[in-house]
This record gives sequence, C-alpha cells and structure tokens, in this order.
Amino acid sequence: MSTDNWTDEERQLVHWLADMNEDDALPLARAMLLERGIDPMRVLDLCRAAMDIVGQRFEEGEYFLPELVLAGEMLDTIGAVAKPLIKAGGGAAATHGRVLIGTVHGDLHDIGKNIVSFMLDINGFEVRDIGIDVPVQKFIDEIKAFKPAVVGLSGFLTLAFDSMKETIAAFDDAGLRKDFKVMVGGGQIDETVRAYTGADAFGVNAVEAVGLCRGWMGVAA
Amino acid sequence: MPRLDGGGGMTAGTGPYPQSEAAKAAYDARMARILACARLEQPDRMPVAMQSFFWPATYGGISYKDLMYDYEACKRVCLDAVLDFEPDAVFPLVMGTAAGRALEKLDFKQLQWPGHGVGDMQPFQYLDREYMSAEEYDDFLFDPTGFYIHKYLPRVGGAFEGFDKLPVFPGLHYFRLVAGIRNFALPEVRASFERIVAAAEESAALFGHHVDWTQRVAAAGFPLVNGVNSVSPYDFIADYFRGATGMMKDLYRHRDKLKLVLDKAAVFLTRMTITNAKAANHPIVFIPIHWAPDAFMSPKQFEEFWWPPFRRMMLGLIEADLVPMPLWESDCTKRLEVIKDIPAGKCIYWFERTDMVKAFEVLGDRVALRGNLSPSLLTTGTPDEIDAAVKRLVDEVWRKGGKLILDGAFGIPDETPTPNVRAMFDAARKYAG
Repeated sequence: MSTDNWTDEERQLVHWLADMNEDDALPLARAMLLERGIDPMRVLDLCRAAMDIVGQRFEEGEYFLPELVLAGEMLDTIGAVAKPLIKAGGGAAATHGRVLIGTVHGDLHDIGKNIVSFMLDINGFEVRDIGIDVPVQKFIDEIKAFKPAVVGLSGFLTLAFDSMKETIAAFDDAGLRKDFKVMVGGGQIDETVRAYTGADAFGVNAVEAVGLCRGWMGVAA
Repeated sequence: MPRLDGGGGMTAGTGPYPQSEAAKAAYDARMARILACARLEQPDRMPVAMQSFFWPATYGGISYKDLMYDYEACKRVCLDAVLDFEPDAVFPLVMGTAAGRALEKLDFKQLQWPGHGVGDMQPFQYLDREYMSAEEYDDFLFDPTGFYIHKYLPRVGGAFEGFDKLPVFPGLHYFRLVAGIRNFALPEVRASFERIVAAAEESAALFGHHVDWTQRVAAAGFPLVNGVNSVSPYDFIADYFRGATGMMKDLYRHRDKLKLVLDKAAVFLTRMTITNAKAANHPIVFIPIHWAPDAFMSPKQFEEFWWPPFRRMMLGLIEADLVPMPLWESDCTKRLEVIKDIPAGKCIYWFERTDMVKAFEVLGDRVALRGNLSPSLLTTGTPDEIDAAVKRLVDEVWRKGGKLILDGAFGIPDETPTPNVRAMFDAARKYAG
C-alpha cells in the first residue's frame, strides 16, 4: 500500500497502531469509521499497513510476543467495528496462498500456533487454523476441503513427535502428500524431530514459519 | 537440614526403613557431590540427576493413569527406576505424579490428566486460561487472601464453590462478628467444607506416600535433588492468574499494577518457599521457569518486569541458606549476562535449550549447571548418539571445570526408551567418573 496519498490522520493511525499506542489508535479508528464515514476497506488497509510494520519489527528483534498479541487484539477490535460497515460485494483480498495449521492429536497447546497463524495472516497468507488436539482424519478432511499449499503441524509436548509422524504418514496413505509442503514447529521441535516425522521443514519461531511459506510459494520477502 | 556449606548433616529421615552403613555413606557422598557443584567446588565425579514425570510408567510398564492413581504401583516403578540407574539425586517422583485422586476430590480445574480429560497414556496438561481478570488487580493487591477465598479458589477448584458466600473478614468486629459468620451455616458452604476435608484427607494420603517413598530411597542411599518446588513471581501471575496472553497485554495496559503485584508475590512466594523447604529438610529449591526465554519478551521487558522480582526472591532464598535451582526453559542465551547477577556459588542453573557450552562460558564462575540432553535425542535417538552427546558435554563443560549435573533438558521425557536412559547414565560414568 503506497503511503504517498495518506492523510495526516491516516498516517497517525498507522503509527499509533504500529507503536502499540492502543489508547489513541482505537478511538481514532472508531471515529474514522463511525463519525467521519471513511470507507471501512480503507481503514482495514491502514491496519494491514500497520501490521506490516509490526511484523517487520518482530522479524528485526525489536518486537516480541507481547507486541504480536496486542497488535492482534487491536486488529480484531477495529475489524469488529469495520466489517459490518463493508458493503456487500466487496471482493476478498488476494493472498499469497493457503496455509492449514493445527496442533496434533494429544496436545492441547496453542499459544505458539496462534502466533504463527497471526504472523502468516499479516504477511498475506490465507490461514485456516483448525485448533488443538486435531485427530489425523480431521487434518485429512480439512486438507481436502481447503486445498492448502502448506500444512503446519504444531506441538509442545514430546508426545507430539509420534502424533506428527502418524499424521504425516496418514497424508501419504491418503495420497495427499505430494499436494503440499509440511512444516512442523513447537517447543521441542528440531532437525531430529523433522527427520523423525518426515516433515519437509521445521521452524523455531513464527518468523521462520513465514520464511518457509514464502520460500515454498515463491513470495519475495 | 543439610546446608550448602556442608554443615547441618546430610542424611534425611529414613522412617521405618533401616539404612546400612554402606547406604548411608553412599547417600552422604551423593548429597555432597551435588552441594559441591553448587558451591563451585570440584566433586569426585560428575553427578547425574534423575527427573521425570511419566517416564517411570514407561519404564515400569504401567499406564500413565496408574502412575497418577495407584499409589503403590507408582512408588514401585519409581523406586525400581532409582535402584536400577543409581542417580546421584532424584526428583520427588511420587509427589510429582500420584496426585490423581487428590486432584479429582478437589475437582481441580486448571489441569487435564490421564483419567480426567486426556487419555490413559497421555501426560497431564495445564489449561492456560484467565483465572483473574485485569480488573481484579486492585482486589488482589489490597487483600490477596480475601481474593483467594472469594474469587480464585472457587474458580480453580470445584470443592471451593461456596467460598464466595463466606463473609469478608476484615472489618468484622464485636457484634458484627457474631452476625457476620452466619453464612458458614449455609448448605453450599457446609458442602464445600465437606468436600475440602475429603480432598485434604486424600492430599494427606498422597503426602504420606511421598514421604514413605523418599524414606525408602534415602534408606537405599539416594537423596532428593530438591526438597520443594517454587515459582518465579512473573510466571506465578502469568501462568496461574492472568493467562499467557492476558499477561502479555498487561505489560502495556496495566504495567504499574503488574509491577506492584509482582513485588508483592515475590515477598509471599519467598516466605512460602522458605517455610516449605525447612519443613522438607532440604536446601535445594526447584523453580521451573516458563516465561524467561529469549523469544518471549524483549530484553528491556525482561529486565524491567521478569528479572528484578525473581532476583529478589532468589536472594531471599539464598539468605535463608537455600539453593535456588531454576530450570530456564527453552533458549535463554540472550538472558545469560542478566541472570549472571547473583552471588557466586549459591545456585544451580538448569538449562533446557540454551547451549550448555555458551552457558558455561558466561556463568561457569557463578553457578553450577544442570542439563541438557535434548528431548528429541532421548526419545528418538540411539544409545550411541546419546553416548556422543554426553561425551560432548563432558569434554566441553565438565573437563573444562564446569560444575555440571548431567540430566535431560527437562529431565527424562515421558516416552524415552529405557536403553537410551541407560546410555545416558553409562556414558556419564564412562567419561566423568
């Protein structure tokens, strides 16, 4: 999104959002949407521009998980006001591609998965998050319906090693494995686990997950 | 209580179990080995500790559910594991797992465990939720005990439902006290007390089995590696009150109140830990650390929120002749220079994914080290690979003067094949005594 034609107010909104200034950003966004009648798509584009900055600062080691969580919540709050105002017929934004993500069966953890989903989303991927403790068959059903380019398997516990291996083997058995790449991540995941599970790659954080998806889908960083 | 300086005597109670002279000598030597490391003195060999939660079930061929519910089976497989591998010090294995019956009677809400929410062969898992809202900081700050009684306990344990009807005690006086206690007679309050007594009886039974087991392993010559557990102030509030994401938002939205709560928690957690350690008659305090890793918050946030109250707490424990043993989970490489600010020869720092060689370089003259064979290696690797990983730690840390207590990155993972555990202990003896 070009910044050349931003008004001062729009520039202010982007900066306040990117700087975690929730107290000023949210009332401004609300006023733009509800009082001044600014196109809600325009406001959401500004939010996305702010999230680009947040993502960049995260990748550069300036921001950490608290900033991603707060940014995500600010985005949700503005989205809840903006979305009902969007006129029917607006087309969905184009994305780089689809990523299906879930925590493998037996594991109930979701903080890391949620951060990865958020980072993929703000980096332009269409993410479907199918939750925690996901049975093998649910992964397969969702893959058939969603047709992702990348499947992300998340897990925090050591039991997830076997759950991931079993899930990926089931992709093979279902004849689906060639249709997408598989990335694994979570607390204990390393190259040993990647090799053990048969995944294509692993990542130790959300930035690496974004990098993997960009690489596989040919998206410039 | 055994003291870090070697005074206070070594041997813990063995209860009704006789201890041979040889077992007493072995016990004393093992405890001395661990404490020498903590003092940064050279022990006669590299100690190996045994910690796990559900691995004893894997080892002994029983279900995880049995480990949590069957006191005798739990004690048997945990004792067999200790006698088989002869660790220099062992985690209170029974207390760490056999809580199924007590949890059930308490109707504990913060955990799902085998037989209660997860399968019979799955480990317990904590439910990260908001158990205190951001609006309740003031209530907690004004009167933590009142907040516990009326709000927190009924949320985390079904047995406490009814406590919200109890009177607010501060201010009751004279005839107000007479009138104020009438809610104790309410049916829901009576029912709550009956459930709590039943849960307490089960808790006492669990504790009795824990003591019985520790007496047996002590009689056989094996000390506990820690007498009690504790928690850092930040993790206490993040994990058990605000929830992970709630706490992260509080760093921006409620920073001043959060700091006040952390300061207050540092005081009562220190007091509680000292009381419990003295009762357990053991100087080492195990403190699993969840929210310190490099990736979780900025260096500035770590130094502003996380570290100061925890450092104060550690200094308080050291002042009370205790030995803090934090387990720095995940990768804490970027924190090493900060957490170095602690008196030398007083703590054991256990690292999970932080490179132990790097930790030794930065902290070798300050703290003993513990760890850190990778969980993926222990669960999916071969005995030869584990042998090589132990050799690397011996060559790069122990032989260069590091006071290393060998262990897994967070103990022995639940699914670890027994030959891999044997490889860990054998390699330690082969390469470092």
